[in-house]
Amino acid sequence: MPDTGTSDAFVAFERVQKSYDGETLVVKDLNLNMPKGEFLTMLGPSGSGKTTCLMMLAGFETATHGEIKLDGVSINNIPPHKRGIGMVFQNYALFPHMTVAENLSFPLEVRKIGKSEREKKVMRALDMVEMGAFGGRRPAQLSGGQQQRIALARALVFEPELVLMDEPLGALDKQLREKMQFEITDLAHRLGITVVYVTHDQTEALTMSDRVAVFDDGRIQQLAPPDELYEAPQNSFVAQFIGENNTLEGVVKEISGGRCTVQLDGGEMIDAMPVNVSKVGERTRVSIRPERVEVNPELGEGAHTLKAKVKEFIYMGDIFRTRLSVAGNEDFVIKTRNRPDQVRLKPGEDVTIGWLPEDCRALDAQ
Amino acid sequence: MSDATGPDKFDGPTPDNALRQANKTSGPMLAADGKPLKKSLSRALRRQKLRALMLIAPLLIFVLVSFIAPIADMLFRSVENQIVSDTMPRTTEVLGAWDGQDLPPEEAFEAAYYDLYIAAEQRIHTRLGSRLNYELTGASSLFRKSGRGLDDIGEVYQDQFEDLDENWDEPMPWIELMGDPDWLAEQQEWAADEEGRQPRFELREGIDEILPRSAAQYAIFADFTQRVEEDNLLEEEPWSAVHTALYQDLASGDVSSYSGPRADMLQAAAALVASPEFETVAFIDGFEEIDEDWIEPPIWRTIKLYSPNYTSGYFLNSIDMQLTPDGAEARPENEQIYMLLFKRTLFMSLVITLSCILLGYPVAYILSNLPMRTANLLMILVLLPFWTSLLVRTSAWKVMLQQQGVINDVLVWIGLVADEQRLTMINNQFGTIVAMTHILLPFMILPMYSVMSTIPPSYVRAAKSLGATNWTTFWRVYFPQSIPGIGAGSILVFILSIGYYITPEIVGGTTGTFISNRIAYHISSSLNWGLAAALGTILLAVVLLLYWAYDRIVGIDNVKLG
Repeated sequence: MPDTGTSDAFVAFERVQKSYDGETLVVKDLNLNMPKGEFLTMLGPSGSGKTTCLMMLAGFETATHGEIKLDGVSINNIPPHKRGIGMVFQNYALFPHMTVAENLSFPLEVRKIGKSEREKKVMRALDMVEMGAFGGRRPAQLSGGQQQRIALARALVFEPELVLMDEPLGALDKQLREKMQFEITDLAHRLGITVVYVTHDQTEALTMSDRVAVFDDGRIQQLAPPDELYEAPQNSFVAQFIGENNTLEGVVKEISGGRCTVQLDGGEMIDAMPVNVSKVGERTRVSIRPERVEVNPELGEGAHTLKAKVKEFIYMGDIFRTRLSVAGNEDFVIKTRNRPDQVRLKPGEDVTIGWLPEDCRALDAQ
Repeated sequence: MSDATGPDKFDGPTPDNALRQANKTSGPMLAADGKPLKKSLSRALRRQKLRALMLIAPLLIFVLVSFIAPIADMLFRSVENQIVSDTMPRTTEVLGAWDGQDLPPEEAFEAAYYDLYIAAEQRIHTRLGSRLNYELTGASSLFRKSGRGLDDIGEVYQDQFEDLDENWDEPMPWIELMGDPDWLAEQQEWAADEEGRQPRFELREGIDEILPRSAAQYAIFADFTQRVEEDNLLEEEPWSAVHTALYQDLASGDVSSYSGPRADMLQAAAALVASPEFETVAFIDGFEEIDEDWIEPPIWRTIKLYSPNYTSGYFLNSIDMQLTPDGAEARPENEQIYMLLFKRTLFMSLVITLSCILLGYPVAYILSNLPMRTANLLMILVLLPFWTSLLVRTSAWKVMLQQQGVINDVLVWIGLVADEQRLTMINNQFGTIVAMTHILLPFMILPMYSVMSTIPPSYVRAAKSLGATNWTTFWRVYFPQSIPGIGAGSILVFILSIGYYITPEIVGGTTGTFISNRIAYHISSSLNWGLAAALGTILLAVVLLLYWAYDRIVGIDNVKLG
């Protein structure tokens, strides 16, 4: 096997392409390296190719082009059952005609592990997900959360080094989902397993992952740790997709020294960080996070202020969400913390808003 | 903000309050108005139930009239046997005391004479003959012969009385002797214009004490004439059974004290009977004259055995047994047929079901794993046979399988089979199994397909990701989940094939026919409906038994049609 410079990666996608119909590419030129023990999330809207990538890794889909490597070995031609990859499915896929214990014992049986050994491992896996008392039940007799735990235990019982999870928490309610998010990451770190996790829920991706790969249109738009993804999105799609975001459209007027000046479509001039604008005259989208906007600001030199009109004020408990009309954008949202001295804006009110130039990122205009 | 989530502000009784109140106090739960909750609930539900009932009523009535009632009637026929005791009431009564050995006493022949005489006049003796013919071959012709021959016995007496006095062959003297004078007046009045209803004959007071048999026979004759023939009784001379009865009365009783109408005529007849020249004929001799079978015990035993209103005879016949005076006995080997047919029906249905499973499972599997569009298109091909007449399909198999047929021709042509040794593939079990498997296959594929298409592909993927090979995945994960479809299809195919008729009839020959063909034969050819009903009842019982067994072994909840 030639050394390609990625041999230290545990999971590697090299120039992987996938097409179902021979006309359109669902996955376009995917390159991804994962070190051992990483928790990586593939995040993206439906149809972005993230599930296809997971299925290629699991072996249920074959790559049209490129190579997928596991621990340095190409697995393109290895059938799924020989890959030794654990997998948790969206609907859990617990075999309904087997008891919980039989479900867990199944991967051990097909590996021809002896009966006493099997029972020990099943018990250990059940205890690991705190379901030790449920071995005799049928999946249908369990709640959604319990089924989820069993599915997790089943994917882990044969001690795979890599576990794939395909939107495993999609069917759970919010509270349970948050609890399970914590349990899954905790378990993954405790066991030191490598996890590829697919979801379309960005909160889940941000809270659970070491790194997040944001998918769109068959490509990874950005691959970064959650904080970087949120605070330093590399393009408009990522900025829009992760968290809440305000955009103002305009044209780049000047770029110099890590700053650029953008003339908004309404004529106002603002300063921004040039992220992926390269030349003057280019159209751009300026992105500002709602919580970085200040009302009636007392900001330092270089900050820009804009006139705004309050459209709507929503009380959300811990924060206030105010919708403004700013430079032609009717959906400009700001979030302020609920503090005793915080001003509650009234609809119709005219205010001035502002932000620091480094919080304002000039991105591609697509 | 909707009110539903607001706090409870009502002061008056609300359902919630009432329930809380009821929980505090013991006793039955009360509704808001203080009535027991169960009562209120059932009242509230009554309207719904009534409406539901009204919606299903048309179908319910239709099913009751066109399905349940005929089936119940058919089942009832398998034990019903009133024809013997209805047609020969006196005979069956006399035979009740007979031990069944040798010949029955003279009274039995006497009773049979009168019973059959009336039956022959009503022309129902042949029906009884056919009924008894099911149990005793020859009974039918015996009864037909007897209907004609019985007159010979009575005519012996009729001729002698007539020779003595012409009046014995005239209607009026008999009426004066037997009839009530008041009735006679009414009858004469009616006879004037013959309009309206004929006044029903009434016996003259006291005549049934002097001439008991004659009076009874005359009354039967009068009733038959008036009611069935609708003739004027004043113009009808009685039939010869009445003369026979008169002879018996005169021979056994004394009429010398009689002083009513026609006393002289009667006394003259009594004198004739008493005289040694008077010719008599014993009933047993009369019957022997008709047919010697009457003086053999079998016919009498058969009548005695089948005199009860209900019989197990049909069922015993259905399982190759027969009713004998000593209880149920197996029929001789060469007369056994039904058990063989039942066994063959079950065996062949089983083979057909199995071959449907073997052929249908892969098809259903492929269909359920194809994209919806393709699957629907192929499903049309599966259903295509349904759009062709059953007869056409079965006849097509005849063309395919016969000795000069397509398959044999091809086999001969490619040299696999010698021309003079063409395979016999039709008019035997093989042909029936092939044709029926083809015809019933859709009934297997459809439920299998609908069950398989509900098995999510993620189960298969999960099994593979857990390390199972393709075969293990199929056998341990996919197959167990497709069993409900196999179960539903098997029940459907098995029950359909167990009662199949047309195909075995056309391609079955002699070795491939089913029990249903025999039932059809008894319904439409031999007209032994009782036996057909018994066979049908047994078939129904077998199906229900198998259904029950299936429920016990596999569980009927495991049957899914989709």
